[in-house]
Amino acid sequence: MTDFTYDVDADGVAIITWDAVGKSMNVLTREAFGLVEGYIDQALADDAVKGVVITSAKKDFAGGMDLNVLASIREESGDNPAQGLFDFTMGGHSILRKIERADMEPKTNKGGKPIACAINGTCAGIGTEIALACHHRVMTDNPKAKIGLPEILLGIFPGAGGTTRYSRMVGAMAAAPVLLEGKMLDPKKAKSAQLIDAVAADPLEAARDWVLNASPADIVKPWDAKGYKMPGGAPYHPAGFMTFVGASAMINGKTQGAFPAAKALLSAIYEGALVDFDNALKIEARWFTHVLMNPSSSAMIRSLFLNKQALEKGAVRPKGVADQSVKKIGVLGAGMMGAGIALVSAKAGMEVVLIDRDQEAADRGKAYSADYMDKGIKRGKATEETKAALLAQITATPDLEQLKGCDLIIEAVFEDPKVKAEMTAKVEAVIPEDCIFASNTSTLPITELAKASKRQDQFIGIHFFSPVEKMMLVEIIKGKETGDRAVAKALDYVRQIRKTPIVVNDARFFYCNRCILPYINEGLRMITEGVSPVLVDNAARQLGFPVGPIQLCDETSIDLGAKIARATKAAMGDEYPDSPADDLIFWLEDEGRLGRKASAGFFDYDAKGKRTEYWKGMQEKYPLAEDQPSLTEVQERLMFAQVLESVRALEEGVLEDIREGDVGAVLAWGFAPWSGGPLSWLDIIGTPYAAERCDQLTEAYGDRFTCPPLLREMAQKGQSFYGRFDPEKASAA
Amino acid sequence: MTEAYIYDALRTPRGKGRKDGALHEVTSLRLSALTLNAVKERNNLDGHAVEDVIWGNVTQVMEQGGCLARSAVLASDLDERIPGLAINRFCASGMEAVNLAANQIKGGAGNAYIAGGVEMMGRVAMGSDGAAIAVDPSLAMDSYFVPQGISADIIATEYGFSREQADALAVESQRRAAKAWEEGRFEKSVITVTDQNGLPILDHDEYMRPGTGMDNLAKLNPAFQMMGEAMPGFDKVAIMKYPHLERINHIHHAGNSSGIVDGAAALLIGNKEFGAQFGLTPRARIKSTAKIGLDPTIMLTGPVPVTQKILSDDGMNIGDIDLFEVNEAFASVVLRFQQAFDVDPELVNVNGGSIAMGHPLGATGAIIIGTLLDELERQDKEVGLATLCIASGMGAATVIERV
Repeated sequence: MTDFTYDVDADGVAIITWDAVGKSMNVLTREAFGLVEGYIDQALADDAVKGVVITSAKKDFAGGMDLNVLASIREESGDNPAQGLFDFTMGGHSILRKIERADMEPKTNKGGKPIACAINGTCAGIGTEIALACHHRVMTDNPKAKIGLPEILLGIFPGAGGTTRYSRMVGAMAAAPVLLEGKMLDPKKAKSAQLIDAVAADPLEAARDWVLNASPADIVKPWDAKGYKMPGGAPYHPAGFMTFVGASAMINGKTQGAFPAAKALLSAIYEGALVDFDNALKIEARWFTHVLMNPSSSAMIRSLFLNKQALEKGAVRPKGVADQSVKKIGVLGAGMMGAGIALVSAKAGMEVVLIDRDQEAADRGKAYSADYMDKGIKRGKATEETKAALLAQITATPDLEQLKGCDLIIEAVFEDPKVKAEMTAKVEAVIPEDCIFASNTSTLPITELAKASKRQDQFIGIHFFSPVEKMMLVEIIKGKETGDRAVAKALDYVRQIRKTPIVVNDARFFYCNRCILPYINEGLRMITEGVSPVLVDNAARQLGFPVGPIQLCDETSIDLGAKIARATKAAMGDEYPDSPADDLIFWLEDEGRLGRKASAGFFDYDAKGKRTEYWKGMQEKYPLAEDQPSLTEVQERLMFAQVLESVRALEEGVLEDIREGDVGAVLAWGFAPWSGGPLSWLDIIGTPYAAERCDQLTEAYGDRFTCPPLLREMAQKGQSFYGRFDPEKASAA
Repeated sequence: MTEAYIYDALRTPRGKGRKDGALHEVTSLRLSALTLNAVKERNNLDGHAVEDVIWGNVTQVMEQGGCLARSAVLASDLDERIPGLAINRFCASGMEAVNLAANQIKGGAGNAYIAGGVEMMGRVAMGSDGAAIAVDPSLAMDSYFVPQGISADIIATEYGFSREQADALAVESQRRAAKAWEEGRFEKSVITVTDQNGLPILDHDEYMRPGTGMDNLAKLNPAFQMMGEAMPGFDKVAIMKYPHLERINHIHHAGNSSGIVDGAAALLIGNKEFGAQFGLTPRARIKSTAKIGLDPTIMLTGPVPVTQKILSDDGMNIGDIDLFEVNEAFASVVLRFQQAFDVDPELVNVNGGSIAMGHPLGATGAIIIGTLLDELERQDKEVGLATLCIASGMGAATVIERV
C-alpha cells in the first residue's frame, strides 16, 4: 500500500490517485511526493498515455503538507538547516515544474501532455499548489468543499510555487485575499478567483474529458508563453508600482510588522515578478527558507497547528473514560454569556434548556440566537429553515423542572457565591444523579463553589470568553474534588462545539485572566508614571496584540477592573500589594468614566459610541513625562508582566502542560501570535536572557518582575521550556 | 587651501509642470543646452574652459536618462572636451552639483566647473524612474516607507504646526515672490527661454499665484489624508515609527506644498586663477558644504541636522548667518527649521520660495544658491546659508560668503 496509485484507463488517461495510507485526510509526506514524481515520469514516458488526471480517493482532496516533514528536514540537515530546507524546497519545485512543463519543448512549447487536477473535496496548502501546477483544475460543486492556501495563518507562506504561480495568474493585488489572508474559498468563489477553472458534479470525469480534448496551447502557462505580462502590472510598471507601494504599506500597517511571513511573502512576489519564472521559484524558495529559519514560524506551527489540534483531539483527556458527548444541556442564566453558550450548544446539535428568573429574561437570551441566525441569513450563510430548526432546539423558560434529563449544566448567573450556591442546590434537586454541573465563573474559585454541590466530583469550571460564538478558547477548571468524568465531559462538550480546550487547576483567576490582568495593570501603571497611553497601546499592537492594554481596559469596562481589584484585596488582605494601577482605576470609576459602555473612559467617544481620542483629562492627574521610554522598554514590560505569570502558573501546577499555556494565551487574549505563546516566547529569547531582563526590570520597576525560581533554574542550566517540559516525552514517561 | 568662487549664477524661469505650462514643449535636453549656452555667453567661456559640467537631475529616464549631462554638453556650444556628469541626490541634486564642483576645485581637481541641474517635471513624471525604497518590501517595510507628503504631515504633527501656520507661510511665500518680481530682484539671474529661432517662449515664473490669501487656501482639502487614513493607510506605518503619535495631522495641500514645474539653473564655479584667466570677478566664495542622512520616515527634517553639521564643521554659529534659503518643499519643513534655530522668519526665503514659484527637483538646489547670492548683494550682507530637505531622509547645505 502506498499513498498514491497509478492506473491508465481505456482512453489512455493515466489516473494518479491520492489515498494516504491510514489517514482520513491526505497530507503529503516526502515519500509520497517522490511517488508523484515517479508516476508523472512514467506517464510522460509512456506513449500509450495521452494525458494525466490527479485526484483523491478520500472525501477531500488534501489537507496540506505533513508539517512534521519540515522539522525532520531541519534535524537531518545538522548544522546547516537552511541548506537542507532550501534543497528540499527546490526539489519540490522541480517535481511541480515537471508537471507544469509536461515534457514540452522549451522553445516551441510543443509535445507536452495535458495534466489536470480533479479536486473532489476540500483542498489546502500543498494540495492546492499541486493543483496550481497542473494545466487545468476541476473542483466538485459541493459548496461545503473549500480550496485555498492558508499557510500564512501558521506563520509561513505557500512555498511550493503557490505564491509565484498564483500571483502571476491574477496579479499581486488580486492574490492578496488568498495568499495574505489565507482565505479558503468555496468552489464558486474559487472559480471567480481563478484558483480553479471549472466546477463539476463529477470532477474526475470532467477532468478526463478536458485532458482528452486539450489542445497544445491549452497546456502552456501564460508565463511560459511569449509576451507574458503580470496582471495588474509588475512592480515597475506604472500601475504595478502603485500596487506594490500600497501593498508594503498595507501589510505593514495590518500586521504591525509583527508577522515575518507576510513580509517574506510579499518580497517573494516582488522579487519574483522582476525575473523569469524559474528564477522566481528560486527566489520563492529562498524567502520560504528564510521564514522557516525564523523561530517564529516553528513556534506558530507548533502552537497554532500541532498543539492546538492535539488539545482538540483530547491530548489531555483522562484515559479510560467512556464517551461523554452531551445530548441535553441546561444553561442557567440567559445574560450575554448564557445566551452565547445556548447558541453554540444548539449549533452543535444539542437540546438546550435556557433558564432565567422569568420568561421574559429567558426569551431575551434566546433572541440572541435568533439575531445571530438573522445575520447569517443576510450573509447567505443560513436560511429561514435552519434558523427555525436551531431555535426549536432551545427551550427558554424559568421552569427548573425542564432541566430534567440534562447531562450537562452550565451555570452563568450573577458572579456572587451566594446566588450561585442557591442555584446549584435548586438545580441539583431536579437533574439526574450523573449530570455534570459546570460554572462559567471567571473570577470565583471552583473549589469553593463546588462546596454548594452534593456531588463535588461532578462539579467543574467551564470558562468561556466573550463573545462566546467568536472566541475559540474554553478554559476548563478542575476544583480540588473534580473527578475524571467531569473533565472528560467538559472536554467532549468543547469538542462538540468545535472549540479549543485547555484544562487547568483551580487558583485565583485560573490561567488566562491571571495573565491578562498583569498585562492591563502594567499598561495602567505606565500611565501613572507619565508614559503616553498612546505609546503603551501602540507598543502592544506592534507586538501583535489585537488591542493595547489601555484600550482593552476600556472595552472590558473600568468598573469591572475596580470590582476585581476590590474583591482580590478583600480575599488577600494584607498580602495584596498596593498598586498605582488600582488608584488610577478607582479614580476613573469615581469620575464616572467607566469605559466604552459609558462612552467615556481612557478614551472619549462620539455620539455613536465610536472611539475618538485618548481622554486629555488624564494628563491633569498624570502629566506626561518629559522623557518617554523607548518602544522596546514598554514592550518588554508588557511582555514580561504576562509571561512571568504564565511561568508562575506552571510552577504552581495551575498549568499541567505547557502546550495549554501557549495555545490558551494566543486564543484567549491574542498574546503575540507570532511568538507561539508566552512560554514559546521565552524559548525564543532564551531563558538566560529572560532571567537577566527580570533582574533589570525588578531593579527598575519593582518586585512583580522578580524572576520565578523555575525560570532562574532553567536559565542557569540553559534549558528551554519545550526542551524541559516536552509534552511528548512527558506522556511517554 | 584653494578657494572655490561663484563667478556666475543663472536660471531659467519656472514653467508650470503640465500640458498648459509654457515650457512643456521644450525638451530637457534643449533647456539644459540653453542654460549651458547662457553661462558660456555671459562669461565668454571659449575652448576647454571648464573641467566638467556636473548636472543634477532626479528622474533620469527617457529624455532625462542616458547621462543627460553629456548630451547637454554636446547639444550646447561648449567644447566637446568638456565631458559631463549626471548626478542624483533627489531634491538637492542641483546643490550637490555645486558642492561637488567646489570641493573638486578646493582639492585641486581642475580650475572651474559648470554646476547645476534641470527637471522637466511636466514631461518626465516624478517617480517614473522607480524606487526600490517605495516598492521593495524588504526595504519599504523595514524602513517604514511613506510618501513625502505624509512625512511633511508627520513633521507638522511631531513638532506641533497647525494648518493655519502652514497656510500663513504659503501666503507669505506668494507675497514675497510677487514683490521680488515686481522689484526686478531676479533680473540678474533669470534668462529668457527661446526657441531654435531665437523667439521667446518664457521670461517669468508662471506658477505663482500673487494675491493668494488665507481664505483661498482654507478651501483646499488636505492632499495626503486619503492615502494616510484610508488606502493604503500610510498613517499606520508612520505611527509604527512614531508610536507616541495618536494620529497624523494632515495639514498639507497643493497650496502650501512646492509646485510641480519645469526649469533649469547653472552656476559657474572656479578658483582664483580661472577668474584671472577669463577676466571674471568672483561674487562669493563657497565657504563650506555638508550633507547628512537621517530617519527616512520623517524624511524631510534634513535642513536641521545638516545645518547643525555645517555650522559645527566650520566653527560657526547660527547667528553668523545673515540670510537663509530653506527650500519650501512643504511648509512644515521651513517651519521646523525656523523653530529649531529660532531664526527670524524675515531672514528666511526673503524672496519667496518653491511654494510660490515651484520646485524643479534637479535644479532647485542650484536655484536657491543663486537667489541667496543675489539677495546678499542686494542687502549688502556677507554670509548666507542654503539648505534643502531630501527624499529618503537626507539633507544638504551650502554656506556662501561674499568677497
